[in-house]
Amino acid sequence: MDTILEMRNITKTFPGVKALDDVNLKVRRGEIHALCGENGAGKSTLMKVLSGVYPHGTYEGDILFDDNIQSFRDIRDSEARGIIIIHQELALVPLLSIAENIFLGNELSENGVINWPKTFARTTELLGKVGLREAPNTLVTNIGVGKQQLVEIAKALSKEVKLLILDEPTSSLQENDSQKLLDLLIEFRNQGITSILISHKLNEISRVADRITVIRDGRAVSTLDCLDGQISEDDIVKDMVGRDMAHRYPERIPNIGATMMEVRNWTCYHPLHPTQKLIKDVNIDVAAGEVVGIAGLMGAGRTELAMSIFGKSYGHNISGEVLMHGKPVDVSTVQRAIASGLAYVTEDRKEMGLILDESITTNITLANLPGVSERGVLNDGAERGVAEEYRQKINIRTPNVGQKVVNLSGGNQQKVVLSKWLFAGPEVLILDEPTRGIDVGAKYEIYSIINQLAADGKGVIMISSEMPELLGMCDRIYVMNEGEIKGQLAASDASQEKIMHMILKG
Amino acid sequence: MSDTSSKNISYYLRTHMREYGMVLALIAIMAFFQYLTDGVLMKPVNLTNLFLQNSYVIIMAVGMLLVIVGGNIDLSVGSVVGFIGALAAVMAVQWDLPTFVVIPVCLVVGGLIGCAQGYWVAYWRIPSFIVTLAGMLVFRGLTLALLGGASVGPFPSNFQLMSSGFIPDLMGGLIDGRFNVFSMTLGVLVALLLPALGLRSRAKQARFAVVEEPMAFFAAKHALAGFAILYIAYLLSTYRGLPNVLIVMALLIAIFTFVTNSTTIGRRIYAMGGNEKAALLSGINTRKLAFLTFANMGMLAALAGLVFAARLNTATPKAGIAFELDVIAAVFIGGASMSGGVGKIIGAVVGALIMGVMNNGMSIVGVGIDWQQVIKGLVLLAAVIFDVYNKNKA
Repeated sequence: MDTILEMRNITKTFPGVKALDDVNLKVRRGEIHALCGENGAGKSTLMKVLSGVYPHGTYEGDILFDDNIQSFRDIRDSEARGIIIIHQELALVPLLSIAENIFLGNELSENGVINWPKTFARTTELLGKVGLREAPNTLVTNIGVGKQQLVEIAKALSKEVKLLILDEPTSSLQENDSQKLLDLLIEFRNQGITSILISHKLNEISRVADRITVIRDGRAVSTLDCLDGQISEDDIVKDMVGRDMAHRYPERIPNIGATMMEVRNWTCYHPLHPTQKLIKDVNIDVAAGEVVGIAGLMGAGRTELAMSIFGKSYGHNISGEVLMHGKPVDVSTVQRAIASGLAYVTEDRKEMGLILDESITTNITLANLPGVSERGVLNDGAERGVAEEYRQKINIRTPNVGQKVVNLSGGNQQKVVLSKWLFAGPEVLILDEPTRGIDVGAKYEIYSIINQLAADGKGVIMISSEMPELLGMCDRIYVMNEGEIKGQLAASDASQEKIMHMILKG
Repeated sequence: MSDTSSKNISYYLRTHMREYGMVLALIAIMAFFQYLTDGVLMKPVNLTNLFLQNSYVIIMAVGMLLVIVGGNIDLSVGSVVGFIGALAAVMAVQWDLPTFVVIPVCLVVGGLIGCAQGYWVAYWRIPSFIVTLAGMLVFRGLTLALLGGASVGPFPSNFQLMSSGFIPDLMGGLIDGRFNVFSMTLGVLVALLLPALGLRSRAKQARFAVVEEPMAFFAAKHALAGFAILYIAYLLSTYRGLPNVLIVMALLIAIFTFVTNSTTIGRRIYAMGGNEKAALLSGINTRKLAFLTFANMGMLAALAGLVFAARLNTATPKAGIAFELDVIAAVFIGGASMSGGVGKIIGAVVGALIMGVMNNGMSIVGVGIDWQQVIKGLVLLAAVIFDVYNKNKA
């Protein structure tokens, strides 16, 4: 069989991290090739190398496409060769029409004047190919996400596409929209278009894929041939998660006390689409001295759950009850949630956790200014004292606490955010992806801080997309998917396979 | 001097380039015009005028700084100046109300105007640019309506004191009654008070951690400031003493410097402007704060309106036109950032003084109003370019 794409020995490093390590990928002409792997395994990085987002020269290895070595400088280059990528976050302009979106940057024009009749005719033709019955001048904002996905594909078809890459195309789609999309991929295969499908949904993959490459920790660990024999979903899961976990997490002897916080029947709707239920009747609890994990894939609703609990900072029409020590508490504003003993460490520390242009001191005291002031007047010295205390206690590496936070590394920034919430003196901390984007050494330090919090009798809820981290740190793990708690596992009983099964099948 | 301390000084200088740069620019501009005007600039009469002419800009720049640091802008202040002047004229001249009624009522009305605009910005999340642009039109229109298109005046003499009055010489003059000892004494007290306060805060810092500002810097800064205060106090004392307005301004500067540097509410305004989402998630009531900055701005605009009306001794429909631009320019020249979270009261004041000295100096030299505008525009642009350049280099 004829090979359309071969990626040879691809290695891509970011400062401090090897995102791809000697990856080889062969895609045959006319097949649907699936890429599987955990969040952060390197799938998207590999596709960005392929499509020229990371230009030639910023990685090692060769890309052979149509038997020629390619050196793409940017996306336009790869698109000119017929490699079209459709990203997880759709790149459509909501207030432009379907036709305008399809030909954006590629307008059917003469001397800069757009030929509208031709544009509309071509759009109608393309929409027919993807089975979307909408008028070409309909605004993209007025059609659903499923249809928007089809517009993206129509846009890809408007260019001469030889290799179509879909990054998690069905992650935000309803069941029947997903089915339609997958049928479309099979239709394309019959027409001779090759596709690479990145997906977490194993049932979809085993339905449409001809071959599957599994990526783990930046390496291509296996390529499974679906036509060959019976590939079970278990085989895929095993390849996705198998790795050594010893000694990456500090020891902790659990000393779990009485139940501290309970969340009862928590329900919340999308802030912009008021009929879309994001969180469905969630019940969770955490005890003093306990570290509870919430596992799930991106988009499972974990951050939305945490933020809606923390002062209704997200979502619409929120209902449910939060109890501390058995008594209902008011968490309707962030101030009240903090007063009730809650803290939320955001997953997005730069956008939502820190004031980057301010000093470490200012950031640490921000959530508890009354703690360093008297009748509204700040005590400079006390403030610096607090900052110094945390700098030493949790080892923020900086010559002085007057340093602007923007100059710190990711790990040290995360320690500043943690310090802020420690100084606020909460009973329960919700940590959302506390180790995202920080290096291994700093991760270990963050884990140690979490253990110390538990030892001090705080309740910790830890949201993470890295399953080994949850398995290594938590006493108990909730598994969440599509806004629901699918089940919970005791640490002694949990494994990555079990969690994956709960997510994918439960 | 040891190696580390000289390294400290150069590091400190680099990180605080902006603050000192503007003060040096002000001194340079003053020296330049002092030379060009053959010493007229720093004559006691002219110096007094300089303060009187720019008082309303400085008063409003203090409030505008808070609005801009909070991430908003207020374009309506010029119209509010006109409106409050008109209101004061109607009350004092047409209705014959006493000054002690007129002033508080006008300040409250100004505060309410600020509240009304702040409400839409803070609680409805309508961009402040739009709300205050609307306010600019509305209050300009109301000014015309109140005055019926004509000027109203003159004001009673005790109203005029607000801008043309000088503090009485409680200690009796010396040298043929031409030297105001009381004013000079006040100047000396302030010149001594500032370094004392500075030393106290250093001592407080030292108890908990290293003091950031090198001692040499601290000493030089306060020596310079002390000298400037004494010199200005001396010059003013040889004329008619300290103007009332100068006292009002000094108090406002002191109060708002304290609020921005040392209170939780000040800190929270900076946090809101620096990163609103992070501030919100840290339990800060950002809506209330934005609302308060506008209420405060409205009241200060009213005060400026009263001072301006008193100075002209009449309320005219054109009063306050384009003042918002002078005020906003002063704040940006003083180092505030358009995106919020950055800026100092003293910076805004220095910014206002730079504009004021240039206006005054160019007028004395005889530069036409046309070229004055061109030059002021270029200075504003240069100050911001200097900012961006420094930031990119860092």
